[in-house]
Amino acid sequence: MEIILLIAQWAIFLTAAPLAGGLITKIKNYLRMRKGPSITQPYYNLAKLLLKGEVVSQNASWIFKAAPMVVLSCVIAASMLIPIFVPAGYAQYTGDIFVFIFILALGRFFLSLAGLDTASAFGGMGSSREMFISSMVEPVLFLSLFAISLKTATTNTEMLLNIPAASVSTILAGAAILMATLAETSRIPIDNQETHLELTMIHEAMVLEYSGPRLAMIEYASYLKQFIFFAIIANVLWPTPIQYSTTYAQLFMNMLMILAKISGIAACVAIIEVSIAKMRLFRAADFLLFSFALAVMATVAAALGA
Amino acid sequence: MAYFLDSPISFLHDPLSLFFLAVIAVVALPAFVYSIGYLERYPRSKRIEGHILFAAFVLSMAAVVTLDHAFAFLVAWEIMSLTSYFLVLFERENELSIQAATIYVIMTHAGTAFLIAAFLMFYRFAGSFDFQAIKIACQTMPAQTKNIIFIFLLIGFGTKAGIVPLHIWLPYAHPQAPSHISSLMSGVMIKTAVYGILRFIITILGADTTWWGILIMILAAISCLVGIIYALMENNIKKLLAYSSIENMGIILFGVGACMFFLSKGWTMLAVLSLIAGLYHLINHAIFKGLLFLGSGSIYHATGTLNIEKQGGLIHRMPYTAGTFLVGSVAIAGLPPLNGFLSEWLTFQTFFLGATQGNGGIKVLFGLCAAILALTSGLAAACFVKAFGITFLGLPRSKHSQDAKKSPAAMKLGMLFLSILIFVFSFGACFIIRKLTSICGHITGINTDAMNFTVNNLTVTPWASKGIYLSTPAIAAVLSTIMLVAGSAIYFILCRRKNIIYNTWDCGYYKLGARNEYTATAYSKPFRILFSFFLLPHRRTKKIWESFYHVKSFSYETGTTSIFKKYAYKPFLNAIFGSAELIKRMQAGSIHIYIGYIFITIILLLIFKDRF
Repeated sequence: MEIILLIAQWAIFLTAAPLAGGLITKIKNYLRMRKGPSITQPYYNLAKLLLKGEVVSQNASWIFKAAPMVVLSCVIAASMLIPIFVPAGYAQYTGDIFVFIFILALGRFFLSLAGLDTASAFGGMGSSREMFISSMVEPVLFLSLFAISLKTATTNTEMLLNIPAASVSTILAGAAILMATLAETSRIPIDNQETHLELTMIHEAMVLEYSGPRLAMIEYASYLKQFIFFAIIANVLWPTPIQYSTTYAQLFMNMLMILAKISGIAACVAIIEVSIAKMRLFRAADFLLFSFALAVMATVAAALGA
Repeated sequence: MAYFLDSPISFLHDPLSLFFLAVIAVVALPAFVYSIGYLERYPRSKRIEGHILFAAFVLSMAAVVTLDHAFAFLVAWEIMSLTSYFLVLFERENELSIQAATIYVIMTHAGTAFLIAAFLMFYRFAGSFDFQAIKIACQTMPAQTKNIIFIFLLIGFGTKAGIVPLHIWLPYAHPQAPSHISSLMSGVMIKTAVYGILRFIITILGADTTWWGILIMILAAISCLVGIIYALMENNIKKLLAYSSIENMGIILFGVGACMFFLSKGWTMLAVLSLIAGLYHLINHAIFKGLLFLGSGSIYHATGTLNIEKQGGLIHRMPYTAGTFLVGSVAIAGLPPLNGFLSEWLTFQTFFLGATQGNGGIKVLFGLCAAILALTSGLAAACFVKAFGITFLGLPRSKHSQDAKKSPAAMKLGMLFLSILIFVFSFGACFIIRKLTSICGHITGINTDAMNFTVNNLTVTPWASKGIYLSTPAIAAVLSTIMLVAGSAIYFILCRRKNIIYNTWDCGYYKLGARNEYTATAYSKPFRILFSFFLLPHRRTKKIWESFYHVKSFSYETGTTSIFKKYAYKPFLNAIFGSAELIKRMQAGSIHIYIGYIFITIILLLIFKDRF
């Protein structure tokens, strides 16, 4: 029974992930008084890429070819660790919330290497900047999740379902994670997913050489990563205690609830994206320093019991 | 007046010594196999010299961690320092080697001076250099003396460990030695300082003062950050690895410092856990840093240069070295599922569990330590993407790396052994942690029979009742299963499509070459700007004019300034030279004054003898 629920949760994760990306695009276009592509457009894009052949650089080694698979498997493994409406079950024996951060770092490590592999200056630039941003994102994520785990007295990922009602520390930590998520999912003000203008891009520059199914894997991994982060933020900022062993109706309600919360976060991100401009690369350090300060305050608040 | 050799000198074989002997053996064995291939290009007499010094070096380290007598310990410590000094000087004709060796020998002796002072203070209280006698004497020692001895021991061992700001010799000395020696120096020799801290501060002096542990943790945090920031800036691969050793010593000392803190608070389970984290990282670092230094030796052997700006594309010409170097890089960057991640995760758990136990201030302290460790591991990942990516990927940036030659079998064997060990230490975590539990119990004097940090043979748990688990084999299984599925999916899709191997996208202008590649200096530029308040970067541009109208060439130079050298060591050295100038006046050349000096000295010695 538990296994079925777990698989169901996992299936929802995997299938619904691109939807959040589509939703953000839709809301952004709506705010800009445009019609915009349908919410399901990411699926069509992925299908299109999957059905194409690919062009591989002649300088590339096996690292370039293997990196998308490493990234995809890391993000999927990370998604298995995070419960959204059912406890993670056996997955909790695999690792805790810190492991979640480190598994994502493994994927990033290989993708950054792949950026250098084709000897393109774009790839190197993107790779350097991606590592620059992520090395500042990591402590923010870490400290905010640390603050939350102080509240729940465990780092087991199930803590995300058991966060006591919103308090000073969880709200500060949630805000810090939201800011870190903007950087992690290459959104404005750190990066811009929409443009391929060379000087502004970070993540897009790193994966510039990819095409076809391998690009589809990377894009899908980004959607999935974004979805997981939204789920975490939703659970932190707006915790609703989950009743575990209840009826299907209750579980279904839980599921609807979390999907609604994730849509809410997606809407927030869309509004942030249209209302502020992209920052210079080195202003990103200030942005992330501010989110780090929020995370420190969250820890202090948690230490004081607030 | 007692003689200091009154007690018989014997060898220890307690778990602490055996653990360090194991660490020495684990790196010395592959380093020796490697050296057979590596020393091939030297003449025969040089080869013999290398092997003899190697043996002396390994034996002296073994003596350091096993001798049961403080005076004998110092002798062994000194032999270890001197043999490594001669090994740093192995390429005597090289100006840089002489400079590095000089800095090393001065720093290490400054450290030893503090150790001698601390041991003499021990002797004053115990009347003997025997460890057991000193330990008994320490129980009745006044707290003030204990504090002074602690500070002296910390400076003495900290110099060897390369704790910031005493790290100054490490990035000079480690890269100058032959690579298999660098792997021993970085992998093992600096760890003997941790042995010293464990032996003399925890087991003999007794860590019962709270600020000792906190001080070590603060120093560890500084070492972590400073080490990895300098490593990121470095383009000489061996210097980069040396700086990264400073960072890793910081991580090890996080565990040791936290252990001392918990011991002073009486939190036995956490004390054991944090020491496990520290010692686990110690042996992990010995393995992967040993491997990476051997790898850098292969790069040097193949291309004749250590500058990564001159490398590139070596993965095509040296696939074997590239593979093992990649394993080492992933491990040292603290990425799952390899062993570096495991010990860093245990350190994080130490901080977290310490925070849940402590009150407000301790919670914040441990939270900040965790954040610094997270920042360090993020920067370490960037550093090793740079080290591996610029060296092994892309196009060759010089003729040296274009004509890279393969390494001899002995060198490959040494690296293979260490990379297999990385996997053993990653997936056999439970067995190792059980072993470490009893070792740490012995060091801290805590009964660990009831402590179990494993669930089964696959899952580690630092605190079972809090539901915190980690299973590296499971992570590896999940990752490889998904990778297999995704890989075969790609294969089935691509085998029916048209796939093209073509140039890298060049914006449609011209054919791209190695000069268009991103460089190592450019790779670390964002970090240089982020930490510019600390790195004090400078750049000089110069136009070389052919005539009034025409610029012939343009030179550009960039670099960073070491604030430790500029603001601490330089003024100190200037003061020493200045006072030497003053003292010089004493030596006036008149024999009467010299006889006067001898007379005064004798009188002073007579007074001193009565007093002592």
